[in-house]
Amino acid sequence: MAELLAKSPCDGLLPRTHGKVSLSEVVITDLYSVAPMKGQGAAVDAALQAAHGIGFPAPNRVTGSGDLRCIWSGRDQALFFGGEPDLTPDLAAVTDQSDAWVMVRLEGARAEEVLARLVPVDLRSSTFAEGHCARTLLQHMTVSISRVGPEAFEILAFRSMAATLVHDLDTALQMVAAR
Amino acid sequence: MRIDGKGRIDRSKEISFKFDGLTYQGFGGDTVASALMGAGVRLLGRSFKYHRPRGVLTAGSEEPNALITMHSGDKTDPNVRATTQELYEGLQARSQNRWPSLGLDLLSLNNLAAPFFGAGFYYKTFMWPKPFWEKVYEPLIRRAAGLGALSGERPSDRYEKAFAFCDVLVIGGGASGLMAALSAAKTGADVILCQEEAEFGGRLLSETEEVDAQEGADWAASVVAELEAMENVRLMPRTSVTGAYDQGTFGALERVAHHLPYSLGRPTECFWRIVAKRSVLCAGSLERHIAFQNNDIPGIMMAGSMRSYLNRWGVAPGEPIAVFGNNDDAHRTARDMAEAGLHVVALIDSRHDAENKAGDVPFYPGHQVAKGHGFRGLEAITLRAPNGSESKLHVQGLGVSGGWNPSVHLTCHMNGRPVWNEDILAFVPREGAIPGMTVAGAANGAFSTAGCLAQGAAAGLEAARDLGFKGELPAVPVAEDTPYRQGRLWAVEGKGRAWLDFQNDVTVKDIKQAAVENYRSVEHMKRYTTQGMATDQGKSSNVSALAVLADVTGRDIPETGTTTFRPPYVPVSIAAMGAGGADKGFAPERFTTSHKATVERGAPMIEAGLWYRPSYYPAQGETTWRQSCDREVNMVRSTVGICDVSTLGKIDLQGKDVGAFLDFVYTNSFSKLKPGRVRYGLMLREDGHVMDDGTTARLSENQWVMTTTTAAAGLVMRHLEWVHQALCPQMDVRFTSVTEQWAQFAVAGPKSRELLNSLLDAPIDDESFPFMQNGEVSVMGVKARLFRISFSGEHAYEIAVPSRYGDSLYRELVARAEAMDGGAYGMEALNVLRIEKGHITHAEIHGRVTAFDIGFGKMVSAKKDCVGKTMSERPGLLEDDREMLVGLRPVGAIKEIPAGAHVFETDAEPTRVNDLGYVTSTCFSPTLGEVRALGFVRNGRARHGDKLKLVDHLRGVETVVEVTDPVAFDVDGGRLRG
Repeated sequence: MAELLAKSPCDGLLPRTHGKVSLSEVVITDLYSVAPMKGQGAAVDAALQAAHGIGFPAPNRVTGSGDLRCIWSGRDQALFFGGEPDLTPDLAAVTDQSDAWVMVRLEGARAEEVLARLVPVDLRSSTFAEGHCARTLLQHMTVSISRVGPEAFEILAFRSMAATLVHDLDTALQMVAAR
Repeated sequence: MRIDGKGRIDRSKEISFKFDGLTYQGFGGDTVASALMGAGVRLLGRSFKYHRPRGVLTAGSEEPNALITMHSGDKTDPNVRATTQELYEGLQARSQNRWPSLGLDLLSLNNLAAPFFGAGFYYKTFMWPKPFWEKVYEPLIRRAAGLGALSGERPSDRYEKAFAFCDVLVIGGGASGLMAALSAAKTGADVILCQEEAEFGGRLLSETEEVDAQEGADWAASVVAELEAMENVRLMPRTSVTGAYDQGTFGALERVAHHLPYSLGRPTECFWRIVAKRSVLCAGSLERHIAFQNNDIPGIMMAGSMRSYLNRWGVAPGEPIAVFGNNDDAHRTARDMAEAGLHVVALIDSRHDAENKAGDVPFYPGHQVAKGHGFRGLEAITLRAPNGSESKLHVQGLGVSGGWNPSVHLTCHMNGRPVWNEDILAFVPREGAIPGMTVAGAANGAFSTAGCLAQGAAAGLEAARDLGFKGELPAVPVAEDTPYRQGRLWAVEGKGRAWLDFQNDVTVKDIKQAAVENYRSVEHMKRYTTQGMATDQGKSSNVSALAVLADVTGRDIPETGTTTFRPPYVPVSIAAMGAGGADKGFAPERFTTSHKATVERGAPMIEAGLWYRPSYYPAQGETTWRQSCDREVNMVRSTVGICDVSTLGKIDLQGKDVGAFLDFVYTNSFSKLKPGRVRYGLMLREDGHVMDDGTTARLSENQWVMTTTTAAAGLVMRHLEWVHQALCPQMDVRFTSVTEQWAQFAVAGPKSRELLNSLLDAPIDDESFPFMQNGEVSVMGVKARLFRISFSGEHAYEIAVPSRYGDSLYRELVARAEAMDGGAYGMEALNVLRIEKGHITHAEIHGRVTAFDIGFGKMVSAKKDCVGKTMSERPGLLEDDREMLVGLRPVGAIKEIPAGAHVFETDAEPTRVNDLGYVTSTCFSPTLGEVRALGFVRNGRARHGDKLKLVDHLRGVETVVEVTDPVAFDVDGGRLRG
């Protein structure tokens, strides 16, 4: 029997580069949302620490890095990268979101300038350092943005909006590159 | 005329440009205004109402007269101020508001009819006869009165918006602003310095006085170099701060490509939202005119601007020259002009006790200019001596200074009113009018260079210190510190029209007329005369106008007060404010995983919220949508159809209280639903009306998944969040949207199970998967969720796989369906299928109907409470005469039932009072071979079989319909269990 083929959200859309900024897809393999049950915040934090070595993030913060990290994503909720988190149902609601999000990486000397065209929050390195994240808007879309390097950001958006995400970022990239 | 040896222009760089089709030469550093003045062009435009000839009045963004249209075709940019437009090679500009040409403007006949066109004239005259206003007067007036026009073409240039953040925002890059930025930046604070012009320096670029023993412009350049070298400073030239808003937010317009012959992909303008913890306003001041008869003739201009044109650009409006003022500052213009070798015939000062500070020029203290002479350019002035005797002086240029108004505008954008300062006869900012903002320099009423430098340095440091930064006051350079002396003169007595607001053609007489007609409040005067309501917002006329009003109403100026200052400080193009919002930037597009395969099959896509869904799939030989739709319906009823239903909202619910929570948000009970089962549920708003419907499946003891309609996915998520947080926070429930996680496809039709079993790794049957069952399955090696639910009324399933497999599974499903004489179906067929079955969508649950109305009254469980239950039991919501959901079929000669049509008794007049109901959904049912519709009819459940008159007033349709049960096909539901 034939196999079902997997496609990434930005299939055929990326990568692209304008001037000194590049935009590429970060293909998500595993991503789970973690929402601690009532009063279980500390227990979830401890359980994550014990099982994975990273804790549950505070608002607007990221724990861990790279393939093993946890990005705060809303009130009592975070996105866990690095396999299915080892949490029992009484501790937290764990929901598979591996296919729900598109993730892109924006990197280059003028990446901050590109985001300044689309994102209404302060992303200067003095206020938005590595390990920080923000749930905010990118043009009209709700996104999560994390700083992953001095000149690098990763942006999470709804999978279905991947084309618009690339379109909006690409437009800003071109405008910044033209200056 | 050009003046040798003067100006800071680059004479080695000749630039040619066109104005009204004629070619002129200018130099590097010129504006269109200075280049035209250098070329001897005095007439630049026609006034708004009377088409009076007008020339350059100022040298900045406050310019009311010299408005030009740049470019042509789809790049047309009207109402550009020639005084701010930088010159470049090949620039093309046109004058505005003239017909047929600037020199010969036939509409200047309005000028002769002036006595009839005064303030309030329109209100009084054109009100009668009433229809004439819209059809005759307004089009005439609009043609005669106006500024530049848009091209009507789709613009081809690009605009941009952007956000910036800083500790200290310094607004204005003159002497005060440069010092403020420097002292703030030296503390380490993040500083943004915005300057309207391309070059920093402000008035320093226009004056001959030195700063720290060097030319003012050179000192400014050295500070700019120092700021540029600092990493914490962002210099934003060509950027006008346009408004001050809540919480330290400012609007700012950056002119990015206006000064360039080719944009090379750059945006024309960028509209910035700058968020600053503190701000220092160093916006300088604007000179005001003195009203006298014919004070608008080209060649008459602000004295300070005349000095700018001389010292910055090496041009003058003509020779001989006179200067008329009521203050010492005007003397500097006479002095600089004379020193440059120009023939200055008179320095006229209205103050009797004034002393000549201009050196060797003829001086007339206590004199006034009573009248200007000339038509398209100034030829002479009438000089009035203290004893009233008048004499005529031949002049080509007249510089006028009625004093200076601090630019308080931004301080008033949050409702602060400025304070009258009698010493300088001007309004100054009220302290604390904008939280976090301080004001320094001329904007604060400090008119000497030394005062500006000192205030700027102190304000910049204070702003940074207030945020916890540490630093010392930098050395303040030595500069002139001449006291500012001024006499009171707003308007010279006399006959004829003396202009106040040049852009809207408002005279002293108009203000007096407003007062006579009892429009004594300054806000009423403004609206009656339109003073200050043009694109320059009366920057050079507001204070003078209210001073005149104060005089004629016998009040003082503070008592009269100012009108309201509103953003934007300078005009902002809508394209800049809405940048990024055109075309695909208007709204995000949401694509399902089957989008590509669907488009490949030629399906026209329709928008469902932000989603794109297929309307129908045209097959070979089909020329209309109805042919495709009918085929797709028949296909689902006879074999099997595939439809992407991923756009429906999907919410994952976990926690020990999910059952109780669902009992509370749904009208019917869910807590007893067993794992592996699915139930249809109805949700009410708090007011008892239906909010949404959908199915909820219990996947396991602990995990549930709710589906919502496509339209209400976000709304339901928000509702659940609110119910949890506000109404039942004690419940242990967590919910997460999984709409995007799963690609879900309906597999519907008698052969649906056969198709599925060809894909599933373990086959299903009626026993393992009865109607309303759900479970985990494996499809071609991928874990999937299967739900046996049906919207079409057929034996049907929905299968969900992780979205990465969506494209692949969809193609596989459609290919296998086609091999079984089935295939893909779109929204049109989906709609027909559900109308045949009497299933509701938001066309029926449109927000005004109750569960009772749609026949679901029994679904509101009597055994428990739920959101909206109590309100749904209000009197009037459970009455027999309510409009109830029914089916409709045509029985008249015309076999149509248009959606939106209303129904009446067959013998009743089709009028509002006889209205019995309306049609919500309609279709041609290929299954039943006739049109079928859903709608609401008063007491409809008791009227099945009745005939009613149907009238569509909009489309002009009248026919007879029969009221039926909403379910038209397979009433007992045998097919979906089959």
